[in-house]
Amino acid sequence: MTKTDTTDPANVLPTPSHTVGPFYGYALPFPGGADIAPAGAAHQVVVRGYVYDGAGTPLPDAFLEIWGPDTEGELPRVDGSIRRDPATGGYLGRNGVEFTGWGRSQTDADGHWYVRTLAPGARGANAPYLSVCVFARGLLVHLFTRIYFEGDPALAADPLLSRLAPERRDTLIAKPQGDGTYRFDIRLQGEGETVFLEFT
Amino acid sequence: MTLTQHDMDTEIAAERAAYEKRVADGAPVEHHPRRDYAPYRSSTLRHPLQPPVAIDVSKDPELVELGSPAFGERDITEIDNDLTRQHTGEPIGERITVSGRLLDRQGRPVRGQLVEIWQANSAGRYAHQREQHDAPLDPNFTGVGRMLTDDQGRYHFTTIQPGPYPWRNHVNAWRPAHIHFSMFGSAFTQRLVTQMYFPSDPLFPYDPIIQSVTDDAARARLVATYDHGLSVPEFSMGYHWDIVLDGPQATWIEEGR
Repeated sequence: MTKTDTTDPANVLPTPSHTVGPFYGYALPFPGGADIAPAGAAHQVVVRGYVYDGAGTPLPDAFLEIWGPDTEGELPRVDGSIRRDPATGGYLGRNGVEFTGWGRSQTDADGHWYVRTLAPGARGANAPYLSVCVFARGLLVHLFTRIYFEGDPALAADPLLSRLAPERRDTLIAKPQGDGTYRFDIRLQGEGETVFLEFT
Repeated sequence: MTLTQHDMDTEIAAERAAYEKRVADGAPVEHHPRRDYAPYRSSTLRHPLQPPVAIDVSKDPELVELGSPAFGERDITEIDNDLTRQHTGEPIGERITVSGRLLDRQGRPVRGQLVEIWQANSAGRYAHQREQHDAPLDPNFTGVGRMLTDDQGRYHFTTIQPGPYPWRNHVNAWRPAHIHFSMFGSAFTQRLVTQMYFPSDPLFPYDPIIQSVTDDAARARLVATYDHGLSVPEFSMGYHWDIVLDGPQATWIEEGR
């Protein structure tokens, strides 16, 4: 049944997830997808890293979606992430002025990805974090995780981090590098496996 | 060791039997594939071994994941949902219309949200440089579309019936014809990427990807219905496919007050 009877919510059952497969690359990524911060904005943060499989091999065919609030902790309701050009039918890219909070970052052939966005502000009792959704060939259901930032004093009281054993907790915390960027690797399986989240 | 379709059939049957036993023993119905579904070989090294950490969204309305990115009229052009009009000539193949509604678990329409699709051409080839299947490319078909849902949550695409294609999961592996779909809800927790299939495809029993959904009723929800009312006279065949997003939102009561 693919016409859904909405008269009784008990009959409204979810559409199953499937993998993105190997050939999303000409459809989903878009130019400037990983450059979420408006040009020249104060309090930018750059996070970079690799996505690894269970054998420690970097994934050349994964992409991440990053979603986060502005520096005040407000979640934007701003469109324009994937602006189109009505003249050519191509992408215009972001306008470089407005903050949409969302972007896509495809891994390179060597598995490297990055995002440049605003340093997120805190919301409620949570330490500041970016939400991340991981998609890849071989992944039948996407995976949610979070990027927290080492050195933030709010980490100690964060409701999620407080529930995790230290070595697992560390997988969610991006580490500052000498060049001013943060490093955040995602390990899908095995030793050092990233903590993935399920929302209920 | 060469992996044959017979080996695959045996594995698929074992996974299905294991699921049926779990349900018979009182486990809940599984609407989604397990990430460790072994017949789909690409999953082997790409699924977590640890269980996910659960977050109860009803305990914290401030979660970032309860918000969702927004999309608007400047993110699409008028012909982005017509995959037959993106080039100077007509693409080859059967024109089809695919339409349905984007709903949440309460059956409410998801309004003004982004639906993206991508697919192979009528010969079963993607316009992707790494795609090495030697079926012909169609210079008049890219196979990418997007649109925003309307006030009733409806979406509507005009495209070409995609062809089935071979892949290398095992010897003589063929994917049933499908269209990839990507959807956003009103919360990021509702994010969904999936594939829509066509009715009565003879390849269904052989394909480990559709069979990764081991529940019969759930698998049927991935298959569109032929809808004569959606067929456009002297132009295209019509298919109806509703999409229901899983994942929790801010609760109904909180939204209403």
